[in-house]
Amino acid sequence: MKPLTLRRVLWSCALLAAVLLGIVLLALRLGAVPFSFADLGQNLWWLVSGHREKISTDFRLIMVDIRLPRILLGIVVGAALSVAGAGFQALLRNPLADPYVLGVSSGAALGAILALLAAPAIPLMTPAAAFLGAAATIAGVYFLGRRQGQLDSGTLLLAGIVMASFLSAMIMFLMTTLASRELRGISFWLMGDLSTSIPRGLLWILVVGFLAAAGAILTTASDLNVLLAGEREALHLGVDVTRVKLVVYISASVLTGLAVSVSGAIGYVGLLVPHVMRMFFGSDYRLLIPTSALGGAIAIVLADTLARTLIAPTELPVGAMTAMAGAPVFIYLLRRRLA
Amino acid sequence: MSETTSLTEARPAPSTQHHPPHLRINVEQASYAYSPRKKAAPLFTLEATTFQAREREFVAILGPNASGKSTLLRLIAGAIAPLSGRVELDGFETCHLDVRTRAQRIALVQQESPLIFPIRAGDYVLQGRHPHGRSLWFEKDEDFAIAENALAQVGAEHLRDRWMHEISGGEKQRVVLARALAQRPLVLLLDEPTLHLDIRAQIDLLCRLRRLADEHRYTVIEVTHDLGLAAEFADQVVLLHRGKCLRVGPPAAVYQRELLEQVFEVPLEIEAGPAGRPRVIVQGRRQETAHPQG
Repeated sequence: MKPLTLRRVLWSCALLAAVLLGIVLLALRLGAVPFSFADLGQNLWWLVSGHREKISTDFRLIMVDIRLPRILLGIVVGAALSVAGAGFQALLRNPLADPYVLGVSSGAALGAILALLAAPAIPLMTPAAAFLGAAATIAGVYFLGRRQGQLDSGTLLLAGIVMASFLSAMIMFLMTTLASRELRGISFWLMGDLSTSIPRGLLWILVVGFLAAAGAILTTASDLNVLLAGEREALHLGVDVTRVKLVVYISASVLTGLAVSVSGAIGYVGLLVPHVMRMFFGSDYRLLIPTSALGGAIAIVLADTLARTLIAPTELPVGAMTAMAGAPVFIYLLRRRLA
Repeated sequence: MSETTSLTEARPAPSTQHHPPHLRINVEQASYAYSPRKKAAPLFTLEATTFQAREREFVAILGPNASGKSTLLRLIAGAIAPLSGRVELDGFETCHLDVRTRAQRIALVQQESPLIFPIRAGDYVLQGRHPHGRSLWFEKDEDFAIAENALAQVGAEHLRDRWMHEISGGEKQRVVLARALAQRPLVLLLDEPTLHLDIRAQIDLLCRLRRLADEHRYTVIEVTHDLGLAAEFADQVVLLHRGKCLRVGPPAAVYQRELLEQVFEVPLEIEAGPAGRPRVIVQGRRQETAHPQG
């Protein structure tokens, strides 16, 4: 019994935050226009210390307007998807649960597309509709995955995969028949992409929404630990099972909806990151949720940097990178489970 | 050992030796009906059942499969509300107790749930402290001491750092019991705790439960279909048959040949054993008749 203390949580987070900072600096530096680290440091210092007038025009155009917002977006999206993945894994008591695999991301994408078609002018409509799409999908998968009142792991995954493919077909249909300027490309919605710039105001809404939803899941962290060791027992160990599941259900759907509405359906991050974090830090949710958030940020920023530099000047969608890394891990986990 | 201080802290003032043992569980004309859909005819009913359990008492809810044993246990645990009648713990209806309060007073050892992420036995036992903490909280030294103590009480200190999925069935059942003890409850409920254990592990577990009742004032209520072990260890037997409570009383009073033959549907004989405890001898050539339907 290694006691989990606040100190251990903070140290683990500090370690990951340092890694994230390193990756961010690397991501800022890499690209068509290279900057030296010295230049980068100098200009960044001016940026954060308020001496904006000293920053060179080049730097402002490339760093402040393009690379930095894209990295920030990647951080929030990665953190949101990973915490959502960890949440769904607890909610469904299934280590293979992930917003993308279960079709939740596709549901959110469909919701977002419908909102863009119906009311492109209303600003918060897209994330709200994406949340509704995510919530409806996970509810559908949950009921389809039940057999004789029990949540069956295999049935659940199959239901999710079929749901994902059905929803992707719907997206294809809508995109092909209703070509609209408001919609982004088809690969944005199906694979995920961080290359489109979003308004700065929306980025802040995203951050606030993420903090609220991830914080809500964090408050149930120790309940989730008990829930994972057995749902029937959790009730008799003082866990208000209905309330906890509702909190996680809504929060994880919000997180997925937020991420998908700005970046499309980026896959496997929610599966991959919590598992890697479990390997390093153990499966206690009080530690897993903050470390997953940071780990997800690291994963997406890294994947996006690779996506835009590997075969530059052509850019890969970031979802292609995460799927290339995530799908083999999914298979590995599936095989190990069934062994 | 902080045993005595923590015990008095976690429980109400213990009754003194001179008074009769404190009445803990009062089941009064409690009934329940289970139907798969709201308007469908009930699939299963538990008819009005009445019995009491005091502190230090070991009660066996006895009956063949599908006799309503687990339903009665869930009623006592407060997981379901009775259709009529009352189920009380120290005068409060268990189904109306707040989830946390209930978990501080009643511990339920259920049949095994699959674990989806590996967990060490020590951390598993520590979960028993959950009802005593706040939602986002780190265990205190006291919680670790209580968990250690609970492991020691079931003789499983050596399992503390082992993974739950790597230890034997008997060891696992002891760790699950330790988690229940870490809740520091007043009442221990167990759903067929000896089901998958070999005979040595069965006797070992029941001896521990007997000792917990005698020495630590627990009220122990277990569901079982094992006639022999119930007669050997229980103070009181609640005999159920097809959703009816047929008899409540000490084993010697409940164990009557015709009655048990009718309930368990096998020919058997009853002898008087030592200490007034009956002994059941199952007749017939078929060896599996101790489990008539399963």
